[in-house]
Amino acid sequence: MAHGPSENFFTRWFFSTNHKDIGTLYLWFSFAMFLLGGAFAMIIRAELFQPGMQLIKPEFFNQMTTMHGLVMVFGAIMPAFVGLANWLIPMMIGAPDMALPRMNNLSFWILPFAFTILVATLFMEGGGPNFGWTFYAPLSTTYAPDTVNYFIFGVHLMGASSIMGSINIIATVMNMRAPGMTYMKMPLFVWTWLITAFLLVAVMPVLAGAVTMMLMDINFGTSFFDAAGGGDPVLFQHVFWFFGHPEVYIIILPAFGVVSQIIPTFSRKPLFGYSSMVYATAAIAFLSFIVWAHHMFTVGMPIAGELYFMYATMLIAVPTGVKVFNWITTMYKGALTFETPMLFCIAFVILFTFGGFTGMMLSIAAADTQYHDTYFVVAHFHYVMVAGAVFSGTAAIYYWLPKWCGRMYDETMGKVQFWLAFIAFNITFMPQHFLGLAGMPRRYSDYGLQFADWNMVSSIGAFMYGGAQLLFLFNVIRTIGWGKPVEDPKVWEGADGLEWTLPTPPPFHTFSTPPVVK
Amino acid sequence: MNGASHKPVIIKSIFAAIVMFLFAIFVLPPLYDLFCEITGIGGKTSGPYQAERLTVDETRLVEVQFVVANNATMPWEFYPVKEKVFIHPGEPKEISYYAKNLTGKDMIGQAIPNILPNNAADYFHKTECFCFNNQPLSAGDDAELMVRFIIDPDLPKSVNTVTLSYTIFDITDRVTDLQMTQL
Ligand code: HEM
Ligand SMILES: [Cu+2]
Repeated sequence: MAHGPSENFFTRWFFSTNHKDIGTLYLWFSFAMFLLGGAFAMIIRAELFQPGMQLIKPEFFNQMTTMHGLVMVFGAIMPAFVGLANWLIPMMIGAPDMALPRMNNLSFWILPFAFTILVATLFMEGGGPNFGWTFYAPLSTTYAPDTVNYFIFGVHLMGASSIMGSINIIATVMNMRAPGMTYMKMPLFVWTWLITAFLLVAVMPVLAGAVTMMLMDINFGTSFFDAAGGGDPVLFQHVFWFFGHPEVYIIILPAFGVVSQIIPTFSRKPLFGYSSMVYATAAIAFLSFIVWAHHMFTVGMPIAGELYFMYATMLIAVPTGVKVFNWITTMYKGALTFETPMLFCIAFVILFTFGGFTGMMLSIAAADTQYHDTYFVVAHFHYVMVAGAVFSGTAAIYYWLPKWCGRMYDETMGKVQFWLAFIAFNITFMPQHFLGLAGMPRRYSDYGLQFADWNMVSSIGAFMYGGAQLLFLFNVIRTIGWGKPVEDPKVWEGADGLEWTLPTPPPFHTFSTPPVVK
Repeated sequence: MNGASHKPVIIKSIFAAIVMFLFAIFVLPPLYDLFCEITGIGGKTSGPYQAERLTVDETRLVEVQFVVANNATMPWEFYPVKEKVFIHPGEPKEISYYAKNLTGKDMIGQAIPNILPNNAADYFHKTECFCFNNQPLSAGDDAELMVRFIIDPDLPKSVNTVTLSYTIFDITDRVTDLQMTQL
């Protein structure tokens, strides 16, 4: 029964139905996309290093901002957390594998095709998508390059992959928990993913609907979004953000889960307020459906609408505040140590909260009239998405990688990477708040001279941040190939949970007979 | 765990996904239009108004401004003959626009109206409007285009100026495409 992975490279990776192998595939794919999206960002920051046009043409700049956003959101962050889910959920709930292993294979292998199609448009006549990652109509319909149909097809594929992945997670969590693993005993990472999976099933089809309507407007003469035919471009924004706001929580909820696993380990205390964490997650997920138009304060909504969306948005700060409170209270009076994963988690708590505060500023409808579409928004969402999702993903790799491969990463190199990333991140994005408040609009390839200094600072930070990621890649490869074998099979003495009861590294098949949870 | 027990979850999830997809395409757009129509916030005017005998409110004088815009590359000359009028609510009024196809090919235009402020949209009644149909103009031709409207005496007291704006779109390709498919 204890057979290992296939010896043949091709059968092992292409036909894999093993949750660990598929998790690995997702993670490597996501890292590759992270580097690609990062390369696009380097091009953007290089062009913005100085005012004036130096390196690229404005048309290409627009393609870069669009592709950077799309690749990072759909190619890097989302697959990274699906990869973690694949590796961890079965091990955390005592299941032998994911519920639907073959669908798991399919949902992964769709992704490389989707992104090949998307990225290939950059080399086609007319260029890649240039309408921003939010692809507002009519920029993405009437004025789109001809390659927009490839973009639409790519989004359909990504959506299908996400929906299949979510169904798999829902089925696994609902049906495959070990005896005694009740819902309220599940690790928070599993909880946050279960709720995220429900969000995905609910809103990825809405995204698919939005691009389908675009497809019909472009090719079949309908006019959902075309005013000339009686449609309305503002409708596009409603449909997009009805998907888009839940999407930002799809990105951040699993990150919350990761942080909620790691902080207790290095505080040597159980998580403070477990059940309030679960309810807060559910509350955030619910609220995320009723606040979407805070992205649209400037489209000309009636005052009642502005006020409703403003107050509803502010309400999200309550469950989010509960979470931040719980993380801090978990650390309070704990026997803290500051290994690399913990450092990333503490930075997460600080910087994510900062991003939440700028979110509160943006949620004030009257103030947003000034902030909207400036670098202030760019700074806001990078604080929540990079210092939030990416930092927590990095923490997760440092935390679980030694368990997965039985080898320890280099702690010094990890800490160097952390401080480099932390400092570089703030150098990059803190000045963007100032630029935005001073009125620099986002998504332009050039800017007024008064913005020159902070842009240069921001670009220098960005290059440093990019460098920190290469160090991360090096550390991971070194760990897998040459890392020191871990001595304690539990890896972290403060760690708690079923995955730490397995041998290190865990065998190819785990929990073939379910453990009993007391 | 055998595969059979996963079936209910899979079926329910796929069902939910399909419902949300159809919801996005077939429910959200009409819902949006309905919402705008009920609240009048889209600034969209409604179709032909069946003239009722409205009592003219001599005590109020409302300024009605006319603005136009050409969408994107629409090459026509298009402007209101008069830029504004002052009328009493309840009093029917006829105004006109001038349009000329400056190009060497036959074209079809479509003007899309919008009213500002939003809360005036429900009180701006058009009894006749060129915008109810599209406007074909042969190469080099011009035309005078009519609008007859009444401002409802119930127009909110806070509104003293109403702006009627038209954006004219080139829909030649769209219409010919449609005719092609109908053939
Ligand atoms: C307390 C929590 C939050 C509040 C109150 C908040 C509020 C807002 C508001 C009002 C905007 C619109 C700004 C504008 O366009 O003018 C915005 C933009 C954005 N937010 Fe947040 N936000 C919060 C948390 C998050 C989180 C957790 C994420 C993702 C992980 C996120 C991602 C984004 C993104 C991506 C945008 C910009 C989208 C775009 O236009 O490209 N936000 N936020
Ligand atoms: Cu939002």
